[in-house]
Amino acid sequence: MTKGRPGSDPRVRCANAPNNLTDQNLKIVIIDESAVRAAILEEGLREAGFTQVVRIAEMTNLLARVYAIDPDVILIDLENPSRDVLEQMFQVSRVVKRPVAMFVDQSDTASIQASVDAGVSAYIVDGLKKERIKPILDTCISRFNAFARLQGEVDRARNALEERKVIDRAKGVLMKAKNLTEEESYARMRRAAMNENKKIVEIAQSILTAAEMLK
Amino acid sequence: MSGNDRMRIGYIPLVDAAALVVAVDKGFTADEGLDVDLVREVSWSNVRDKLNIGLFDAAHLLSPVAVASSLGIGHVRVPLVAPFNLGFNGNAITVTPDLMEALCGATDGDLADPMVSARALAGVVAARKARGLEPLTFGMTFPFSNHNYQLRFWMAAGGVDPDEDVRLVVLPPPYMVESLANRHVDGFCVGAPWNSVAVDLGVGRILHFGCDILARTSEKVLATRGTWSQENPDRLQRLLRALRRAADFIENPANRGEVAALLAMANRIAVPQEIVRGTLEGNLKIAADGTRRAAAHYFEIGNERGARPAPLQAAWIYAQMVRWGQAPLSPELLMAARSVYRPDLYDAAIGDSACRLGEASGDGIGAFAGPSFNPVDISHYLSAWMQVPRSRPRLVTD
Repeated sequence: MTKGRPGSDPRVRCANAPNNLTDQNLKIVIIDESAVRAAILEEGLREAGFTQVVRIAEMTNLLARVYAIDPDVILIDLENPSRDVLEQMFQVSRVVKRPVAMFVDQSDTASIQASVDAGVSAYIVDGLKKERIKPILDTCISRFNAFARLQGEVDRARNALEERKVIDRAKGVLMKAKNLTEEESYARMRRAAMNENKKIVEIAQSILTAAEMLK
Repeated sequence: MSGNDRMRIGYIPLVDAAALVVAVDKGFTADEGLDVDLVREVSWSNVRDKLNIGLFDAAHLLSPVAVASSLGIGHVRVPLVAPFNLGFNGNAITVTPDLMEALCGATDGDLADPMVSARALAGVVAARKARGLEPLTFGMTFPFSNHNYQLRFWMAAGGVDPDEDVRLVVLPPPYMVESLANRHVDGFCVGAPWNSVAVDLGVGRILHFGCDILARTSEKVLATRGTWSQENPDRLQRLLRALRRAADFIENPANRGEVAALLAMANRIAVPQEIVRGTLEGNLKIAADGTRRAAAHYFEIGNERGARPAPLQAAWIYAQMVRWGQAPLSPELLMAARSVYRPDLYDAAIGDSACRLGEASGDGIGAFAGPSFNPVDISHYLSAWMQVPRSRPRLVTD
């Protein structure tokens, strides 16, 4: 199953080496169109000692690309339609040389849930002991979750920036129309927001809308 | 509306999700007191997994996936039930202009006849082999799909071994057309709208409608977990009534424009209205030169005979799994497959109606070749193909 890569064959173990040394020779493929997330995951796997990590970003002829790398473990994000291509690898056929299995099995609903929640799915070459690659899935889940948090922070920061711009523009409108200072304009909007139980940005937005209509 | 009546239903953006989309967007589910969140997915594996672990209460599912999941074939075993058939047929086989030309050159007959085209394919395959060329490659959508089984049925009838003589590869439908255009595949079998998209771009020609191969196959079902259907009989019945109403609405030709507009929305199927309309009407452009073809049974949404699930269809699907080595043959598995399709649940919700017409004429499948399908004795049925060496399944014609 590991043609030409004797060192990575999980069945071949060096007598003196701790188990995790051979585990770290496992070849892992990441199929993810998000370069940032793939980089975060790859870094996590390297930190955990898995050095043979290859990313596939191009989805055409995916099966051929996977076979060219000949991995032991395949990780794919759930937003990727090509996940169905990997399902073909459950059975050997003319196009499938090495069958795979889902990493998680029936008995492990918690792992299924955790990986689906994180947005990732793991496949392993049939015959590989599942407990041996548990750390890979765990790393994968935690890194995918970290990416989602990061993404959330980026989105929030972007929103905050957008809100800041709206408030500044509304301040400008008030300063001009009412001949107020910047501080007075802001204080007025804040008071209105408190009275109406709204956010300042909502008040600012209605000022901009009104100003546009009254032009 | 109590929180109890919320439902999450997964679907893949294909025209045969129409009953679900119409039921929700026309407010039929709301009329039944259901608050349905329709969740668009990108892969059948995702739909299956999210249904299995309970993130979805129900889903638009490839009929063979519902059977495979219930039998535990290829994946985790989760018993599913199919109380409503969302669509019949709707697939087509599209080939590159080059392959079309090669097929024309390999026969004097009419390629519209699937037996003629299948034998022509065998001729092309043999000629390529003799010249030492790479085998032809065909795309399909999922190992457990009618697309896979229709391609195989067609080829094998002409003497082509789908596992030895050609390559069959899974391709996500959105990538089919591109793969045909850049010659990663020589043909594919896929549902609407992708065949039409390939024809419109001039990179493919529709060779056969799925109904040329098999007159009547259950393409997609509404599936729920067996346990969910037992724990939520009332919600299930309300959902089925809303779907029935949606299917009636879709079947009424006066509503075609509105249905096409609903499905074409960016947040639903997101394809041009004309393509949706052509699919619903069974009238498709099949060649770049503008040639059109109409077929009454190209595609059917649960019309008066169709929505009530027929266990015969599940037996047919299981027979294909056995024929192509995906599942072992056993009376228990056949029984388990048949019991995925639940006309009793449909009847409980809809009541006695014209749906009794669901028993179709003939053997209920209408294959273009081979013996009549016998849903009770599938081993005898399959033996017609198995008399030749196992590695070369082909139809025995004597």
